[in-house]
Amino acid sequence: MKLLTHNMLMSHVKGVTKGYPLLIKATEVKVNEVEFNPQFVSRMIPKVEWSALVKAAEELGHRQDLPAELLADYEKNEEFLKKVHKVLLEVEVIEGCLQCPESGREFPITKGIPNMLLNEDEV
Amino acid sequence: MATLSKRSCLKFLLHLAQDNLDFRLPEIKALLAVRGKPFHPDENFKEKSPFWCLDGLCEDDVRAIMARSVCAKSAFELWGHGETHSDLQTSLLNYPLENMSPFMHKDSTYRINVYTFNKTLEFTDRIKRIDALEYLPFEGTVSLKRAQHIFCLLEDYGTDPNNIPDNPYYVYFGRWIADGQRELIRSHSVKNRHFIGNTSMDAGLSFIMANHAKVKENDVVFDPFVGTGSLLVACSHFGAYVCGIDIDYNTIHGRGRSSRKNQKWRGPDENIRANLRQYGTEKMYLDVMVSDASKSVWRNAALFDAIITDPPYGIRESTRRTGSHKDIPRPPDAIYLESHVPVSLAYHLNDIFTDLLNFSAHHLVMGGRLVYWLPVYRPEYSEEMVPLHPCLQLVSNCEQTLSSHTARRLITMEKIKEPQEFDSLAHLADSRFRPYQGHNAFREKYFSGLNKRCGKEDNKSDVNGE
Repeated sequence: MKLLTHNMLMSHVKGVTKGYPLLIKATEVKVNEVEFNPQFVSRMIPKVEWSALVKAAEELGHRQDLPAELLADYEKNEEFLKKVHKVLLEVEVIEGCLQCPESGREFPITKGIPNMLLNEDEV
Repeated sequence: MATLSKRSCLKFLLHLAQDNLDFRLPEIKALLAVRGKPFHPDENFKEKSPFWCLDGLCEDDVRAIMARSVCAKSAFELWGHGETHSDLQTSLLNYPLENMSPFMHKDSTYRINVYTFNKTLEFTDRIKRIDALEYLPFEGTVSLKRAQHIFCLLEDYGTDPNNIPDNPYYVYFGRWIADGQRELIRSHSVKNRHFIGNTSMDAGLSFIMANHAKVKENDVVFDPFVGTGSLLVACSHFGAYVCGIDIDYNTIHGRGRSSRKNQKWRGPDENIRANLRQYGTEKMYLDVMVSDASKSVWRNAALFDAIITDPPYGIRESTRRTGSHKDIPRPPDAIYLESHVPVSLAYHLNDIFTDLLNFSAHHLVMGGRLVYWLPVYRPEYSEEMVPLHPCLQLVSNCEQTLSSHTARRLITMEKIKEPQEFDSLAHLADSRFRPYQGHNAFREKYFSGLNKRCGKEDNKSDVNGE
């Protein structure tokens, strides 16, 4: 699971009102090199919940020195875009789980793939 | 100013493949819309013809369309046309010399091809056709192998193979601009794909769906019934970042029985990511997840530029979602084993479409497109049965026949407004969903038609239908 995906996910456990962002409990994290595409990264930055992204990167030990507040004029800052690229697309949680911040429900991640299915009594 | 007026009077000829006829017009229109160009056919336009003449475009527009189209075979800058060869000559001699001369000067090399539709010409007849064009002021030298400019004489003998006329109905002459992407149908064939399933989408139709959805470079595309990821393969080829979900754990993890003949189990690296790797687009892979399309796990925002999917209709795959009819008490320790498989219940087709349209209204960007297949029972089909949503405008609706009584229709919708509270409920009471109510509603009809032909299977289907 990449952090771009994590940034778009929220808990859908019944009755939960504050289900974002999901907590990451990782036991295996990998960095897979992905071709850098500055247009795509620039395009995604305004769509991303910045604080959730920085927090997730921090939890996995890959924050680098990303600022808590988004930079202005980031489109022209290639060094910054490369760091965001790494966090969005290269850092992957291979094993571990995602946890709903309100209910504590855990969603396992195996072989890099989250299992978001709820049980029949939770829907 | 002079170049502008010259450019605007150019006409382009598209030569289209004669299969998937219904899908061609929406494809070309969508690709033009990506360029911000309107579709302006000339006055003789016939949708079912293999030849279309388009106005109002420049050469770059045509190249861009051909870089994407799997319905179009080739495109030409049209220099002349007519019902007979002498009409063609008149038309060509009226074509402005200044439009032709850049491609005919004496230092250039060229070649002329003859293409006949619905007829095969002898070699000597082809040569005669080329010789008859001597009235054109070609000054360059002929080069069959390395021509700088390729010209083509096209003859249309109609579409009826049992009634081929002696003389063509129409002839065209033009300068070849580009070929379409028919080659993708072979290069991306499911036959040679690493990871497939029973219902993997045919390569040609996958690319057509990506084109109908106006998928572009740097888009984010989502498939809520991803299966083995055929649609993601097509979208990633056009430069979109792709993600998908499926309720089936084994499919997403590439486990279980193989869909291939002579191979019992799936190999260790059979998964969607490996499929993208096979075609060199792994860099476009975002994620796939095990998840239920009826329970959105996405935060409330316009996250996707396109949603493109082939929902299960219950014929070759079951329609299901998590949940239960029974009140199952939670285990006393409130912990399920990791191996626990949630009970799934039937996912009614009308619910699939309601959920899909609502989801798209909420999660598509403005102007983003939803493209999906709607199964129909042909004797009962009418346009009113296509599900609508106040935030989504119907763009196209094309039929692919499956059998004498069933078909699936490729529906394309575009988001035109942000949903309000009441929008999600507005259409629920709509009677148009009736044909899809009840679990296996389509499945029952699908098999009932079959049973008319083979009555002995009557009893069997009663069992299956429930």
